[in-house]
Amino acid sequence: MKTHAREFNESARRYTVDLRHRDLIQKVLAGYYTKRDEYKNRFQNWSGARDLAAEIKWEAINHLDRYLDEFVSKLEARGTKVFWAPGAQEARDYIVGVARQHKVRSIIKSKSMTAEEIHLNDALEKEGFEVIESDLGEYIVQLRREPPYHLVFPAMHLTRQQISDLFHDKLGSEPTNNPEDLTMIARRVMRRKYCEADMGISGANFAIAETGMISITENEGNARLTTSLPKIHVALVGIEKVLPKLSDLALFLPMLATAGAGQSLTCYNTLYGGPRQPGEPDGPEEFHVVLLDNRRTELLADAEQREALHCIRCGACLNVCPIFKNVGGHSYGTTYQGPIGSVITPHLRGLQNWKHLSQASSLCGACTETCPVKINLHRHLLHNRRNAVRSHSSHLGKFFYAGFAFMMRRPASYQLATRLARVAQPWQHLIRGTIIDPLRAWTKTRSFPRLAEKSFRELWRERQTP
Amino acid sequence: MSIVQVLERLGHTVDYPEAQTCCGQPPFNSGYWDEARAVAERQMTIFRDAETVVIASGSCGAMVKVFYPELFDHHPREVEAKALAAKTFEFSDFLVNQLGVLDVGARFPGRATFHDGCHGLRELGLKEPPRQLLQHVQGLELVEMREAETCCGFGGTFAVKFPMISTAMGEVKCTSIADTGADYVISNDSSCLMQIRGVLDRQGKSIKTLHLAEVLAQT
Repeated sequence: MKTHAREFNESARRYTVDLRHRDLIQKVLAGYYTKRDEYKNRFQNWSGARDLAAEIKWEAINHLDRYLDEFVSKLEARGTKVFWAPGAQEARDYIVGVARQHKVRSIIKSKSMTAEEIHLNDALEKEGFEVIESDLGEYIVQLRREPPYHLVFPAMHLTRQQISDLFHDKLGSEPTNNPEDLTMIARRVMRRKYCEADMGISGANFAIAETGMISITENEGNARLTTSLPKIHVALVGIEKVLPKLSDLALFLPMLATAGAGQSLTCYNTLYGGPRQPGEPDGPEEFHVVLLDNRRTELLADAEQREALHCIRCGACLNVCPIFKNVGGHSYGTTYQGPIGSVITPHLRGLQNWKHLSQASSLCGACTETCPVKINLHRHLLHNRRNAVRSHSSHLGKFFYAGFAFMMRRPASYQLATRLARVAQPWQHLIRGTIIDPLRAWTKTRSFPRLAEKSFRELWRERQTP
Repeated sequence: MSIVQVLERLGHTVDYPEAQTCCGQPPFNSGYWDEARAVAERQMTIFRDAETVVIASGSCGAMVKVFYPELFDHHPREVEAKALAAKTFEFSDFLVNQLGVLDVGARFPGRATFHDGCHGLRELGLKEPPRQLLQHVQGLELVEMREAETCCGFGGTFAVKFPMISTAMGEVKCTSIADTGADYVISNDSSCLMQIRGVLDRQGKSIKTLHLAEVLAQT
């Protein structure tokens, strides 16, 4: 079996030389940067807003037990059924169970990365339920049978032409490059599905402890239909989504829209607090909230990296990450791509199998600089590297760095090495780029600078003794 | 030698302890913190008596100034690590923020663009100092490139562990540089310049790479 690291390398090798992909992603993100900056400037004080958001999430995560209890008791008081799922399996089993119990045939689903995390669609389809994604981007990648490319923009990697071709193949529609027409094609399919579906599944952007409500942010109105038309609504919520107060949304909704999509606010922001109450004309008859741990509490126990649970899944760190922009979202092989994915995947799915993502970074820090809740992302990548070495260092790495430390503590050996390199360099071109070239990882694609004829130390000595 | 020339021109006495080697960043960034500490301890001893330590690289500067205190957190030599961090400055930081010097009396005719090394920019917060120094160089026209703050792709061992990603990042960076029409790309980090030089050469571009100190030393 191929290791995850090998798959990552192979995919990265393909994408990094794909200039069409590189241009497309750069173009899409250039538009995002302009809008993001425009709306950031509408905040009276963006940096102050980040400080405040970080404080609120710190409070929520560091008192998670209390806030979750409050959230759940408020929800249950209005007749919501709450299930605490320790892992992905339990969450899937519960949701499948609800569907079976109600003899559900068709399920409509709005966007949820947490559902991707537990591979919910696969589990439901295996049980014979039809599941349709109602977010346009998610619907497109569902038709392509591929995972989301980006945690906010699932179909970011596709051109209108590709989407038109896909709709033509799968839905038999006429080819068109007009975005409105493409949307209408998907909408016609979906409208029918909303009416047919007996169960709607959603995620949640925030869970408000004070009022026992979930908050869902969207631009298409699909989540409203998904959650209100079918008889049953199931919301899958990661336990870290909690915010203490309803008024916290006054900060977090515009912040999520600005950082995530370059918008002042998304078109629809809805709070869901329970099933249809007596006297209410609409809403689902049953409302289930599945609270998912899935190793989040292990991350919570790690004081150094706990703040990674502050993440509001805005995707801003992906958008500025030069690694993401060059390898693309699919190379990661994870639910959560980009810097935040590289930080948390080792916690969710095992450090040794996923440490390569923390190594595949120049630690440039653009992610940390942009994160609206101030997660020190690039520092956590560094911590993952250290933890990986601590728990299982490779013999080669250990040997190499022990040798490095040995040499760097003995200037004579260091000077000898640089002198040898200077003697050897004129001959290096004979083997350049070949298998015996010790520098081939560099020289295959880049020239290596010619070493100075004299080292700084030698020049310094000459200067001291005129 | 450029950095020595500039500092001496400003009236400072420069010493170069010949026993110094590396700051320890390669093992540190690779997760080998024990080995990094062994290398760092040596530098801490060597520079113990220096009044001020000036480093010609934002990256090595960040290692000493930002990461030594973290590396020696709860370590017997923590106080010493913090003391060295406090008196260590990246070159442009030292000139602008410590000495208050913007004009070092340099003259360098040409059109140039400045590349922000990530460590200097984000760990040390040095966006303006190198630009302020360059703006005072006679004859130098400074033009900003698109996404100047985007990483060049060097990243230490990352450059050889993931050469395909590193090269793609370098290509993006060099396209931004070339689009400015500049004759020179200047940075305060030699490792970024090695990456940029390496990619520019393969792209057949004749833009020259220069360290900030090399420009400031010209009169």
